[in-house]
Amino acid sequence: MSTTAAPVPGASREQLDRLEEHWGERPSLRAWLTTVDHKKIGRRYLVTAGLFFALAGLSALAMRTQLARPEAGLLSPQEYNQLFTMHGTAMIFLFATPMLFGFGNFLVPLLIGARDMAFPKLNALGYWIFLFAGLFMWASLPFGAAPNAGWFAYVPLTGQQQTPGLHMDVYSLGLLFLGIATAAGSINFIVTALKLRAPGMSLNRVPLFVWAIVATGFMVIFALPALNLDNAMLFLDRRFGTHFFDPEAGGNVLLWQHLFWIFGHPDVYIIVMPALGIVSAVLPAFTRRGVVGYVLVVFAIVAISIISFGVWVHHMFATGLPRLSYSFFSAASTIITIPSGIQIFAWLATMLLGRLVVRVPLLFVIGFIVTFVLGGFTGTMFALTVFDQQVTDSYFVVAHFHYVLVGGAVFPILAAVYYWLPKITGRMYHEGLGRWAFWLVFAGMHVTFFPMHLYGLFGMPRRVYTYPSEPGWDAWNLVSTVGSYLLAVGLLLVLAGVVHAIRRGRPAPPDPWGGDTLEWSTDSPPKPYNFAVLPQVHSLHPTWDESSRESMGAGAEADRVLADGRRTLLTSELDGRRERVVEMPASSWQPLLLALAMLLFFTAMLFAWYPVAAVAAVAVAGTVATWLWPPRRPERELGVSA
Amino acid sequence: MSGGVRAATGTAALTTELPVGRSTGWWGMVMFVVTEATLFACLLGSYFYLRFQFGAQWPPPGIAPPTLLKPLVMTAVLLPSSLPVIWAEHGIRRGQRWRLRTGLAATFLLGATFLALQANEYAEKLREFTLTTNAYGSLFYVITGFHGLHVLVGLTMIGWLLAASLRGGSFGAHRHDRVRNAAIYWHFVDLVWVAILFTIYLSPRL
Ligand code: HEM
Repeated sequence: MSTTAAPVPGASREQLDRLEEHWGERPSLRAWLTTVDHKKIGRRYLVTAGLFFALAGLSALAMRTQLARPEAGLLSPQEYNQLFTMHGTAMIFLFATPMLFGFGNFLVPLLIGARDMAFPKLNALGYWIFLFAGLFMWASLPFGAAPNAGWFAYVPLTGQQQTPGLHMDVYSLGLLFLGIATAAGSINFIVTALKLRAPGMSLNRVPLFVWAIVATGFMVIFALPALNLDNAMLFLDRRFGTHFFDPEAGGNVLLWQHLFWIFGHPDVYIIVMPALGIVSAVLPAFTRRGVVGYVLVVFAIVAISIISFGVWVHHMFATGLPRLSYSFFSAASTIITIPSGIQIFAWLATMLLGRLVVRVPLLFVIGFIVTFVLGGFTGTMFALTVFDQQVTDSYFVVAHFHYVLVGGAVFPILAAVYYWLPKITGRMYHEGLGRWAFWLVFAGMHVTFFPMHLYGLFGMPRRVYTYPSEPGWDAWNLVSTVGSYLLAVGLLLVLAGVVHAIRRGRPAPPDPWGGDTLEWSTDSPPKPYNFAVLPQVHSLHPTWDESSRESMGAGAEADRVLADGRRTLLTSELDGRRERVVEMPASSWQPLLLALAMLLFFTAMLFAWYPVAAVAAVAVAGTVATWLWPPRRPERELGVSA
Repeated sequence: MSGGVRAATGTAALTTELPVGRSTGWWGMVMFVVTEATLFACLLGSYFYLRFQFGAQWPPPGIAPPTLLKPLVMTAVLLPSSLPVIWAEHGIRRGQRWRLRTGLAATFLLGATFLALQANEYAEKLREFTLTTNAYGSLFYVITGFHGLHVLVGLTMIGWLLAASLRGGSFGAHRHDRVRNAAIYWHFVDLVWVAILFTIYLSPRL
């Protein structure tokens, strides 16, 4: 394994000092609350999403314990309803997407050779909103007021009469609140990737992970509004007596489902896409070559993000819509397997043609491919309307989407944890511990979820808090439960590995894997300014190519150091031509204050304290106004003639 | 490689004078408008979905089809309000601050007039039906109210720009990103109104 030292930076001692002075932060509570550094924010996203993962995982364990044997009385039906709803909602909204956004936050500027995200303060705001929205939703659980009607909250079940209490208000307000963070983060990724790439990084040299994050960003900005609107209408119906979903007064219940799945299906790809990007990022280092068919993979990413909007009705094959529309959506659901297949074959070819270096991240990638392909296989079965109508709402569905989501999100995320841990913490993890964790997680996953296919086909419905003793149900349910404990132990070992690395790990060299992308050209962990000299990129694999490396070392040009302030470079969208130097914002209280004002607003709405909500709204507007208030500049600099 | 000459002729020195290429703020605003536009598309899509699922008579029995005079006047006020902003923006690009101030003030007045007309329209409609009368009422008030909220946000932005431009030291030929971004938002709010006019006021007559 090549363990190159950090390239001697082509910046002088004095320039380094000035960079440190402009970008560095002395540790203090104030610095902690006001920072806008994308690496710190990214790390927080990862830790917080990990916390929500643990909470959702504990909910799952409680459910599996209840379901270990028939007619168990550990959980009441009401508790079970809240647990599976919070489990599903948190896994989707508070774990998968934020975790991947965490990696995106930490990595995108490093991968494209920039010093921060395009909007650092917005980035900090996004994190605080995510944290508060997550706490807002979880805080309802101890009070028995958590959402309880399933993660997709179908009306009329979720109407005020059928589900009184705060449950579904927590759901709709919580997701609306969180949506602000998700949309802001997505816009930030898109603009960062468009404008902040290092000079020379034309579109055909953009790392696949960045492509994936940008495609995800676009899916979010087109899909999320549907969910937001849906939740706003649900809240209005419940609280203020509107009739969007009320058939008695001209509303329609299917409107909820349409809007939900217009968002929901792209959301599956919103979750899986960055995870696929992780796979494409990890493979080159462990196969010692670039991903085969770069252009095809980019094409597949773009194609998936477009087609994913054409498949929503396949979640509604059991609702009695016109036949013809079923055929259209059935076809779209079948077609989308093609670009997904392209990616899988590209990775397989990469592994066949490359020289495999079997380390923990690669193990998780292989685990991902196996699991995800199995999930995709049962997925194509659903694309057949007749089959779908048979197994809808059975445990077969639960099995399918856990194969897709655990396979397609959790495994790549774990691969990413091990792969980038040295970069993020500056420490190496323990390989043996990592292998144990992998095998336990892998075995636990299949022992838990494979049997669900079986008892699903035997007719066990999903979302039941208990079941009568039936042939084929009892034993397999017990197997699932044992599997979930195995899985939990495996995940604990992952956590232990991370803690061990931070406490005891060997210091990591800048490039422990011989990776190909720019983050491996800088220190582990990176300096606050990321790169002493912004690179000039000459290929798709800058860390593997001599001239790109040179550009940060001896061959550095003064106008890529930019040490006289908090500065980074803007380049052109398509071919990465240098455009201008921009000043980046420094740390600020505004993001935290704004997020707190928003938290106050949503809490006040939840408890119907409308005057407080009005005050909070004014506070939000005031903070935004000061945030954007232009600094005073001398007339000459502004260029004023009259 | 002599540092001094390089620093003076390097792209950094040459490009600080006049901005080149799109700014991040421009892209951010465009993306924001795109996601907002999607939201309105979903909202208007919901209108048509409910309408066509409802049956032949729309608005439902008991509610008269909307009259056109007032909304057309509102359109005549709101649509042209984009012109002064454009004029103001072109002015500040040449450093003419008076044009910025006058243009923003004109737009502000037009936008405020629109909101006043909308309040008047509501006062009239509320006598006939409310948010909770039926799905039509919910759609009517939520769609127009949500747009009205956007006008209000846009107006706040325009007023805020006006305040900043009156202070001095804010905008000039080299610094006008904020003006352009607020203008993009304002044009968007304008255009959405056309879609709403069509959906709420014209389409029931088709
Ligand atoms: C870590 C181990 C996991 C276990 C043991 C587990 C177990 C379960 C169980 C027992 C249910 C309830 C089934 C029912 O009663 O219908 C469930 C539902 C669900 N799970 Fe998981 N799960 C795990 C991980 C995940 C992950 C990683 C995700 C997503 C990223 C996820 C997403 C969901 C969703 C969306 C539901 C449906 C909730 C609903 O019906 O509304 N799960 N899971």
